[in-house]
Amino acid sequence: MADTGVVEALLRLVEKADDGVDSVQVASRLGVDHQVVVGAVKSLQALGDVISADLCSSKHWELTEEGTEIAEQGSHEARVFSSIPLEGLVQSELMKLSFGKIGFSKAMSNKWIRVDKTHEGGPRIFRTVDSIVDQVQEKLLLLQKGSGSELEEKEKNELKKRKLLSEVTVKSYWITKGSSFSTTITKQETELTPEMMANGSWKEKKFKPYNFEAMGVAPDSGHLHPLMKVRTQFRQIFLEMGFTEMPTNNFIESSFWNFDSLFQPQQHPARDQHDTFFLSDPALAHEFPQEYLQRVKKVHSEGGFGSQGYKYDWKIEEAQKNILRTHTTAVSARMLYKLAQQKFTPVKYFSIDRVFRNETLDATHLAEFHQIEGVVADYGLTLGDLMGILHQFFTKLGLKKWVEVGNSGIFRPEMLLPMGLPEGVSVIAWGLSLERPTMIKYGINNIRELVGHKVNLQMVYDSPICRLDS
Amino acid sequence: MYLFFFYLVLADEEFDELCFEFGLELDEITSEKELISKEQGDSKASGASDVILYKIDVPANRYDLLCLEGLVRGLQVFKNKLDAPRYTRVSPVSGQPQRLIITKETAAVRPHAVAAVLRNITFTQERYDSFIELQEKLHQNICRKRSLVAIGTHDLDTISGPFTYTAKPPGDICFKPLNQTKEYTATQLMSLYKSDSHLKHYLHIIEDKPVYPIIYDSNGIVLSMPPIINGDHTKITLKTKNVFIECTATDLTKAKIVLDMMVTMFKVNFTCFNNLILIISCLLSSEFINHKVGINESTENIAQLLTRMCLLSRATGVGDEIEVEIPPTRSDVIHACDIMEDAAIAYGFNNITRTTPRTYTVANQFPLNKLTELLRQDLAAAGFTEALNFALCSQEDIGDKLGKKISETRAVHISNPKTAEFQVARTTLLPGLLKTIAANRKMPLPLKLFEISDVVLKDDTKDVGARNSRRFCAVYYNKSPGFEVIHGLLDRAMQLLEVKSARGDGYHIQAADDSTFFPGRCAEVFVHGKSVGRLGVLHPDVINRFELTMPCSALEIDIEPFL
Repeated sequence: MADTGVVEALLRLVEKADDGVDSVQVASRLGVDHQVVVGAVKSLQALGDVISADLCSSKHWELTEEGTEIAEQGSHEARVFSSIPLEGLVQSELMKLSFGKIGFSKAMSNKWIRVDKTHEGGPRIFRTVDSIVDQVQEKLLLLQKGSGSELEEKEKNELKKRKLLSEVTVKSYWITKGSSFSTTITKQETELTPEMMANGSWKEKKFKPYNFEAMGVAPDSGHLHPLMKVRTQFRQIFLEMGFTEMPTNNFIESSFWNFDSLFQPQQHPARDQHDTFFLSDPALAHEFPQEYLQRVKKVHSEGGFGSQGYKYDWKIEEAQKNILRTHTTAVSARMLYKLAQQKFTPVKYFSIDRVFRNETLDATHLAEFHQIEGVVADYGLTLGDLMGILHQFFTKLGLKKWVEVGNSGIFRPEMLLPMGLPEGVSVIAWGLSLERPTMIKYGINNIRELVGHKVNLQMVYDSPICRLDS
Repeated sequence: MYLFFFYLVLADEEFDELCFEFGLELDEITSEKELISKEQGDSKASGASDVILYKIDVPANRYDLLCLEGLVRGLQVFKNKLDAPRYTRVSPVSGQPQRLIITKETAAVRPHAVAAVLRNITFTQERYDSFIELQEKLHQNICRKRSLVAIGTHDLDTISGPFTYTAKPPGDICFKPLNQTKEYTATQLMSLYKSDSHLKHYLHIIEDKPVYPIIYDSNGIVLSMPPIINGDHTKITLKTKNVFIECTATDLTKAKIVLDMMVTMFKVNFTCFNNLILIISCLLSSEFINHKVGINESTENIAQLLTRMCLLSRATGVGDEIEVEIPPTRSDVIHACDIMEDAAIAYGFNNITRTTPRTYTVANQFPLNKLTELLRQDLAAAGFTEALNFALCSQEDIGDKLGKKISETRAVHISNPKTAEFQVARTTLLPGLLKTIAANRKMPLPLKLFEISDVVLKDDTKDVGARNSRRFCAVYYNKSPGFEVIHGLLDRAMQLLEVKSARGDGYHIQAADDSTFFPGRCAEVFVHGKSVGRLGVLHPDVINRFELTMPCSALEIDIEPFL
């Protein structure tokens, strides 16, 4: 808070002046530094509309230290002139005076004095005129009185060049009464305190207004990862649609469940070393449902169940190879096989979990990503049903153009019938990645900023809640 | 992904739509110039062609769409601009059909071969290029880089049958290979081609075999040494009229498919020998199609739909029976459901009425995931930020860097990682969190991170010999170690999981030795008397190995015991 004395004095001055006062003038009238008045103005402004203050800047000429000396004692050349008596003065004597050197050359060029170099006893200086007018002093005196406007710019610049004058910019306030002007100021409180509440003093107090332009203090908080927030929403959608979650917590899978059971031939490019991660330890899977395995072998190598088959030499060694699963459909296969071992009831399954591809990495592809998968098994499902359920699913996502986001289809009879599912049962399924919609949702271009240790934590801190349909 | 030249007769959008209707995806419209400038810069592209190229994604098993001729034919039939072709096998106008004799020696290296002759072909430069390109695409796809099948094409008028497919020791084979000026033995050829950027990839297929496959004509002229190289003598040119095509293979079914493709793409009538698959007839009912697709079309209409997909079909008049001919171009049709799919494509997926299955089910969450979801929410509420790290990492991450021996972890090992980042599946979540901190050192301290996710451990009791284990891991990274912070988080987690602080029937922690942690600053967490994990201040060496400079405390527990 500024000096209350100054604040009150300022308010009294403002009260008397109808059209306002200038802060510089206030300072000189109160005999205080201008900055003190500025402080008083600022603290009054913080109180609301007590005063209104407009910033204005003005330029004016001010005498330098040397200029002030000249205004008092006359210019150096005038002082030289007046120190020379009628009989003249020895030059060396003159030079001893403080103003001697500068005053001498100026007085010479003004032709006020002359030097007699041949005078006996050394060069001697004489007046050449009877009297002089010290115009420099007169001009400086005018400026000092504040009547500088009588001088021409050229003259002022001349003085400035002689370093007698400088131009100063002054920032000041033009202060007028505000809408709630008052000469009595009560001290404003910054915050409500328990004491004020206890003794009721808050009723009499005035409170300093808040700055609503400023940001608040960020709360200390933890954050959920954006990809996981999107995962939560996808789980929610499936649950709303009545889908049961599959246990996908088995990253290691045998080629049998990942490929063979899905009727993917053993020479398929996806089973290549370049696309799939194989394991060296544990390299092979050992337990398979034997009867089912024989049916899988037969449908691949000879056909059956209405199929020509692929007609090749199906090898158990190939099926045994352990891999990091390339899709969660391996789990769907296990679940459908399990379903076929009991009396059939219709099911709707979903899962969202990690899958792995030994691919070349770039800005949108990583060696692992999350696959979202939906599966419906029932009697007599049609392609129309698949289209209908996909439409419902993607409507919940708020995605209009969904064809490019994922894959969908009806599982082949060569996959379902060897499992033992009844003839009339169809299984429709679709899948998509979790990363792609998340990157679209959160506007992320490089997948490494989203997934993995190179994540940008600031992005995690700043990411909004996830509402897929808005 | 394959590139095609396609004459611009449709607007781009129309073509896009046509592809979609036909079950294909128009990936990109570009030009050679654009492709080169994208990959090598504008300066390199200045002389290149700006003829428009359509880049189309073709389903993996539709070999008949791999070349322009096949794709155009398919689309024209689809749009009713052309009748579906019926491929026929014809005998030569004069003389006996050609024969290919397979000797028993081939059994040791590449036992199968099939062959055919295309007569009265007229090659233009474009057609010739397309013919060669189709061979190359088939080699890369169904032929599995020539390992399953290799194709050789020859000018029939330079040779005379019958032909012999046999196998001989490499030293006994000698001929002038394609585009060479002198003769080489097979042994010399194998070393010659070691430095050939294209052919070196195929050498391994026969390199170690005692005998190499070889095809001769009746005068002993070498046609080819499959799957490596043809002879120079029989090479086809723009002037070639009659083409002899041989496919040698380790998989007879695929050899037949490949030969079918080679002949049907360039000629509707051809001669072939061996037991080439021709047309298979198949009977199915329109009710089956209607029922599976979810439409209600007449038998005649369905027969028309299938014919538009080059599956010549007719209503037999017996009930709703349809007879479908599956041409040799459609080796992908192996079940009635494939015919159903083509009917649906021809009908138009977008014309199928969307229906909602009446399947009534009650949803259940997987209990472990339900627990995970609930716990994550409350751990974030406790002020920790969720990280998401890769399940794969280097051996060093879970071994040396943590002060552990890799042999003592129960890690599963990957046999074919492209880089060290994918050597093992993680056995602990800790390295991922420490790497996340290292990548975010510019962020204000303290850093408080957690992750609930799966690690993978070897486990003999499982069919695949490994299982996932769901872990909860948290780290606190600041100017002071903050053991009390991490300990407090454990207490909070136990509170959330309704486990009270008590020895025996609750949880407690007990001093433990662990090389990952600072001596005397590690404790083991026991729940109902069983160890579930550890917490403590990390060893300075561990912190430094993850390129960190501040003290750090950590907690990692198994959450499956809390189910």
